[in-house]
Order: sequence, then C-alpha cells, then structure tokens
Amino acid sequence: MEGRPFSDIFYEQFLNEEKLMGSKCKKCGALFAPPRSICIKCHGSDMEWVEMKGKGKLAAFTCIAVGPPFMMKEGYDRAHPYCSGVVELEEGVRIVARIEGVDTTKPETIKIGAPFTAAYLHRGEGEEMRTFLAFKPL
Amino acid sequence: MQKRRKLGRGVAVVGAGMSKFGMFKDKDSKDLFAEAFTEMLSSVDKGADPNDIDALYLGNFTNDFFMHQGHWGPIISDLIGLAPKPATRTEGACASSALAFREGVFAIASGFYDVVLVGGVEEMSKRTTEEVTEGLALATVPYEGKVGFTFPGVFGALATAYFERYGATREHLMNVTIKSHNNARLNSKAQFNLSIRDLMNSRIERAKKKGEPVPTWADEKDFLRDLRANPVIAWPMHLYDCCPISDGAACILLVAEEIAKNFTDNPLYVAGIGQGSGRGLHAAEDITYFEATRYAAQEAYGMSGLKPEDIQFSEVHDCFSMAEIVHLEDLGFFKPGEGYKAVEEGLTRLDGPKPINTSGGLKCKGHPVGATGASQLYEVWKQLRVEAGERQVPIKDLRVGAAHNLGGTGGTCTFTILERR
Repeated sequence: MEGRPFSDIFYEQFLNEEKLMGSKCKKCGALFAPPRSICIKCHGSDMEWVEMKGKGKLAAFTCIAVGPPFMMKEGYDRAHPYCSGVVELEEGVRIVARIEGVDTTKPETIKIGAPFTAAYLHRGEGEEMRTFLAFKPL
Repeated sequence: MQKRRKLGRGVAVVGAGMSKFGMFKDKDSKDLFAEAFTEMLSSVDKGADPNDIDALYLGNFTNDFFMHQGHWGPIISDLIGLAPKPATRTEGACASSALAFREGVFAIASGFYDVVLVGGVEEMSKRTTEEVTEGLALATVPYEGKVGFTFPGVFGALATAYFERYGATREHLMNVTIKSHNNARLNSKAQFNLSIRDLMNSRIERAKKKGEPVPTWADEKDFLRDLRANPVIAWPMHLYDCCPISDGAACILLVAEEIAKNFTDNPLYVAGIGQGSGRGLHAAEDITYFEATRYAAQEAYGMSGLKPEDIQFSEVHDCFSMAEIVHLEDLGFFKPGEGYKAVEEGLTRLDGPKPINTSGGLKCKGHPVGATGASQLYEVWKQLRVEAGERQVPIKDLRVGAAHNLGGTGGTCTFTILERR
C-alpha cells in the first residue's frame, strides 16, 4: 500500500479492492479524499495513505432522469432515474459518489443528513474491471 | 484580502453584436459569427474599419466534440477577413467568451494592441440530448462525471443542500423561471421569446385543435408543477429549470480608452473585471455557493471601487434556475439565504430595484456555451446605451451594469462591470 503514488489511478485501484483511500499531509495533517499528491493547505508533498471508514452523512443529491450514454447503457432512463450525491465522511472530508438503495422515483423520501455507508459497484472483469464508488443507507 | 488590481490603461467597449440564438439546421458556426460581426460593425456609431482590428480572441468550448472541428480562432479570423492577424481561442467551458473578453482587455491594457475583437461561438443543436449531456459533462470535475453527475445534476445537488440549509423549495425556483420567460418575451433574439403564460396558452390551443383533453392549469406555477408539462431532468431540476441546447455567436469591439471617442460619443468603459477558479463539489469550501464567483466579484469590485449596491442591473449565469439564486448571493446583491426571497418579492424583475437577466438569461435567451459570456456583455451594452427597446430597464441615470459568467460546475467564474461616464 505504502508504495503507491497518490494519484487518481491508484485511488481507483484501491476502489477495485473495495478500499476508500485518502491521503494525509505529513507536515500539516490535512486530509484529502480522493488523494492529493500536493497538499493544498501547506503545499507540502510528503503524504501518506489513510483508509477511510466509509461512513458518513448525505450532504446533497440529485436523481438524474437524463444521463450520459454510459449511464443509459446501465439501464437508467426517464422512468428509471439514478442518484448521484455528495457524502460528508466521518473523517470530515466530502466525496462524490453514486447513491444506491434509495427510491429515485420518490426523491422527496431521500433525506439530507441521513447516515450512509460505502459500497462498491464493479463493472467489467479482470484487467477491464472498473469500480464506481457508491453509498447506500446505513 | 485580495490584492487590489488595475489595468495598465483604460479599455472601452465601442460596438457589440449578437446572432439570434436558437437551434438552427441551416446555419453553422461561421454563419452565426458572421451575423454577430455584421451587427457589431453597424453598432459602432462613427463606424469601424475592420482593417483596424489588431487581433481576435474567440471563446469556444465544445465544437471539437460536437462538430469534429477544432482550432476555431483562425477559421473565424479568416471568415471576417482578419487573417493573417492573430487569433487566439480561449476555453473556460461555459465562460469561454468571458475569458476572450478578459484577454482582449489585457491585450489593450498592456499597450500592445489598440483595437481588439472578442467574442464567442458555439454550435450544439446538431447532436442528440444525450450527446450534448455527455459533451457538457466534459467540464465537470473528473470525479463528478464518473459517478454520473451531469450539469443539471450538479445544480440539482446544490439545490438540495441549499433547500435544506435555507428552507427554500421548488416553488421558489419557479419564480426565477417565470421571471426569465417574462423578460425573454421582450427579446426577439431569444430562443424562447415567450412567457410561461404564452406557453400554456399555446398548449391549450394545440389540445383543442387536436381534440385532446384540454389542460386546466390554474396559473403558471400549476403548469410548472405538472410533470407531463415539466418533467424531471435531474431532481429537483425540471425541464423549465434548465437552459436549452443552443447555437449562437456574439462579439464585442474593444479599444483603448484614449481612442474611444473616434468610434462613438457614447462608449462604455471597463470598470472592473474579475475571474476565479473553483474546485468541484467534493473539495469546495461549501456546496451552497461558488467560491470562484465570490473571488471574481471581489476582484472586480476592488478594481472598480464599486459595491454590489452600485450595480444597477446584471446578467448572471442562470444555466439553471437554482444557479441564478446562488449568484445573486455570491455577487453580494443579497445576503446568503436571501436570494430566493428577493426573487419571490419581485426585486429582480425588469421593473424591480435590481433587474436580473433582462435578456431572459441563459434559461430563455439560450446558452450556446462559448458565446454566452459575450452575449451577456452585449445585453449590458444595449441596456447601458438605452437601446434595449421593450425590455429596457426603467432606471433613471443608468450608469453601471454587470455580467457574471460561470464555466463548468463553477470551475471558472468571471464578473465584469461596465460603466458609462
């Protein structure tokens, strides 16, 4: 784990392993998820990997009826919207994710501030596998 | 505290032109820019010789993707007979032509050029809605696009956070939509130059003609609540909360302040100009406002010495109804959490104390993304020179107007203040 660069490529590699990883600045302690290689607080570049617990509260969301082609291919459309949202993690950082396990046809039932936990959506297999970060109600 | 900035020398606006905005099967980017350029030349009171233009700065965002043709600077430079003089394309997503304006201002302020044409063009309607959604999502923050966020989706998410904090609802967004349509009804260049009431009446007429059940909406909000008339795009953003897919172009002629009177006795001057960058939903300071707008506004206010209350009217980047409310707050016109109340009270109407989006805004005028920033400044030009016709703001002693342009999901924001002296 320690040798991996603090990049989006390796952030996604961790997602494949069902780990939600961030980076922490060794100089000032600032925490970032997704990871950053350069600290935007103190501009230091000595970072370490930190695993997030994957628990947090829903901070914002939307139920999307008209999505891009790659989401339409997953079977979403006007009658079957999908939810994307922003989750505020217990560690104090915010992250964007797919939101699963909610009724997207009744968005007024989805509550901001409700507790959510990380889930991992794997698409494709082997070398081609990609994982999308999702959160579902706790 | 931001450093207070000033231009090396003053810059004036002496002409402006804009194509009609809409979805055109029979016009391409060149045709649209030619339309804007021709109007711009005729708008210069004492005339302008195209041979005196030193350079072109052109905003464009997605023509590479949608038209499979990039490198629009020289194409447009050649179109208007400017080549071999330099042409530079600027890209800041939906703020591309506000950046062209800014670069043109700097080029003159530096002393390098005296006469610069700035503008923008975009051609979007020849693609499907899904393709346009995907194309525009090129300007989201990478993490957002991957988890399915679209443009309406980002503003939908912002709306849920804003509603939760300040107690606003969808009903408040409807006030923005109704106002924008009322203004666009008075703008013949607008893509939708009709009010919500006009729209309702035409639907009723259509149903009667076809012998279908005639809708019985009590009022405009009742129409907007009807999910058949106003379906969800990215909840809580519905169809009439969203700007359309548009084609269009706009351009502005900038000159050094000391030669402005050679072109017109009624020039406008660049009083303040600001630009900021944003960081996406996950890294933003807060998800109920745009820090890039606040930064840009501070820069522009600082440079001009003007305050929010000095801005007599403004165009703001209402790509979505929710966005307009947030911008009203970020630009300092109203306090955080008060923007939706101001709209509800009619303060931002054409005849209110702070008219916003007199053109109809992106929502109704149309949003050919790369042309939008220049087209907003075209509206400020028309209003400040009292040439806006039916939609002229009824303010005595008109002196200061402004335009706010936002690119991506708040990644690039600009605020430009123009004044008469």
